[in-house]
Amino acid sequence: MTSNIRFTRRSFGRAAAGAALIGAPLPLRFASAQSAPANVKVALILPTSGVQAQIGQACRRGADVANDVLADMKIPVKLDIVNYDTETKPDVARTQAEKAIDGGAHMLVGAFDSGQSIAIAQVAEQRGIPFIVNIAAAPQLTEQGYKFVVRNFPTAPMLITGAFDLHKQIFKASGTTPKTAVMMSINDTFGTSMVAGIKAMFPKLGMPYELVDIITYDPAAKDLSVEVAKAKATKAEMLMPVSRLNDAKLLVQELVKQRWEPMAIMNPGSPGLYEQDFLKTMGKYGDFAISNVPWLDPKSAMTQALEKRHLAKYPNDQLDINGGFTFEALLVAAQAFLDAKSTKADALMDALRKIKIDQHVIIGGPIQFDAKGQNVNIKASAIQNLKRKPTVVMPEESAAAKLVFPAPGWNDPRRT
Amino acid sequence: MTQDFLLSFAQAITKGLLTGMVYGLMALGLSVIFGVMRVVNFAHGELMVVGMYLAWAAFEYFQISPLLSLPVIAVLFFGLGYALQRGLIQPFIGRPEHQQFLLLLGVALVLVNACLAIVGPDSRGVQLEAQFESYELGPLVFDAVRLHAAIAAIVIAAVLWLFFTRTRTGKAIRAAADNHMGALVVGLDVRRLYAVTFGVGAACVGAAGALMITIIPVTPFLAAEYTLLAFVIVIVGGLGSMTGALMGGLLIGVSEAVAGLLADPSLKSMFSFGLLIAVLLLRPQGLFGPKSSS
Repeated sequence: MTSNIRFTRRSFGRAAAGAALIGAPLPLRFASAQSAPANVKVALILPTSGVQAQIGQACRRGADVANDVLADMKIPVKLDIVNYDTETKPDVARTQAEKAIDGGAHMLVGAFDSGQSIAIAQVAEQRGIPFIVNIAAAPQLTEQGYKFVVRNFPTAPMLITGAFDLHKQIFKASGTTPKTAVMMSINDTFGTSMVAGIKAMFPKLGMPYELVDIITYDPAAKDLSVEVAKAKATKAEMLMPVSRLNDAKLLVQELVKQRWEPMAIMNPGSPGLYEQDFLKTMGKYGDFAISNVPWLDPKSAMTQALEKRHLAKYPNDQLDINGGFTFEALLVAAQAFLDAKSTKADALMDALRKIKIDQHVIIGGPIQFDAKGQNVNIKASAIQNLKRKPTVVMPEESAAAKLVFPAPGWNDPRRT
Repeated sequence: MTQDFLLSFAQAITKGLLTGMVYGLMALGLSVIFGVMRVVNFAHGELMVVGMYLAWAAFEYFQISPLLSLPVIAVLFFGLGYALQRGLIQPFIGRPEHQQFLLLLGVALVLVNACLAIVGPDSRGVQLEAQFESYELGPLVFDAVRLHAAIAAIVIAAVLWLFFTRTRTGKAIRAAADNHMGALVVGLDVRRLYAVTFGVGAACVGAAGALMITIIPVTPFLAAEYTLLAFVIVIVGGLGSMTGALMGGLLIGVSEAVAGLLADPSLKSMFSFGLLIAVLLLRPQGLFGPKSSS
């Protein structure tokens, strides 16, 4: 057998260039990676139209600056992010996931909503493509033994436990404790999980108030007057909404119109109250509402880089956890690709299982996934809307402003 | 029953009546068109959504309150309805019902996709001071926007009643509806009357759209829901009956509100469809419909 290997001037040149690249200092390699074509294709599947459009678009803004932030943080990956719209429908989410995989996506990221994420997870599992959940709390996503799903967001029980713990801290800090509370919840997959979780966990958590009623409503509700009247009739001192954006707005409008002034509007871990559009449209009536959710860590260098890039690209839009968690999901994808050194699904999934990211943007420990694919290191914070801005008020060591509790009445001069 | 429950019940009835008036106005357009022309307008919800978008655009770009843009929208819709009937629907009068159905379904698809193409899929609403206001009457609280919308709906319904009972054109339309051949024999221009009727029906739904945008935000996807709602209302009230449409609207509004109070609020739509099934079983011509329409 004769050898075909010949050493020519051309092959010498190639070898020299390769050796130079490998031997180059890190910044040079990093610059090369950034200027090179994208090396891993990530499908970002979000509800950018339909009922959840505004939140989906907030998520997408976090993704739009992801490559810039990765570059700022000297992470040598450029993601090829391809956007897909679920129209806020699980069936469309499923179709879009299939389309993304057919289009060559190496990883899927999404989908803000539990129902849509479950639909994507089923496709990811069938096709063997890693799926990184950015936001979705339904426990079943990581309880069904999926092999290709990881979630960098708390489950409904984690949200509830964290939120109720913060409730106690708030009552202690303010010296005021409501005796009764009423819960109003959207009845989509997320809301149903939260209601089930609260029903199961509430008796065990030793809360100082009685939960007098749980009122559920349709995700596409256009009017919550009856629901609010029913909640008002309970004479509860605190309202706990499990909401999305549009229904949170309807809820507060009805509270004002029906002249019901509970001691607090404080959620047990859900979106709605801190969203930019909520703050903008509710004006002074949106202030003093409290959300107990994971939040961006203002002390993290990566959060600061994300905020800077977000502000530069979207000066009129607020960066919140929607953008934060979506960015983190892409950070996870980037790190998995770096660790796997491959775009093969099995290698990426193996890297995801072993991943450990110390520096990230959401308050909590390192991003790591347990055997079920769940990151259990995320911590909740109490965010109060103050002067139209969601502000960390608890835990005290992270507080950016002083808690106002009980909330002032609708016509109180503190609402300006 | 406790006093609190009775108050909540009274509050639910009040809210149901106010919302029901706007529902009634919306369904009135459908009922008028069917009552005269025997054409079922399957693009009804889509027309309503277009009306909502026009009112939103007037508010967004010219800061005109929907209550003020309502007359302009009603006039525009009258013109649109008139032109639609003369240009598109008239050739289908007398043709098999499935052809009319497909034609109007086509119109519906064009309208909803035009909305999607022009305005996009996002929800659009108007932000009025009144949306945070309410009026108190004893222990009852009246939602300001719903009360304004209900009053406007009553005024429009009254104008419509005057039109059909006091004007020559209105009387001629009723005559053509009662006896098509007789109307032709006495020399009435039935084609023009049909076009006016479609215009009046469209004006009603355009006005209802302008009122509805003060209560809820609009997306193109709402259209099918409103078409369905309008059908439920007119079937419950009686197809072709103006009184039936208004009363059907009130009944559906109140049943949804009371069901929301007595049962789980997320199940309230079930009650309006339950009512529809009960009416279809027990009085197929609707509560106010003539027996012959069954």
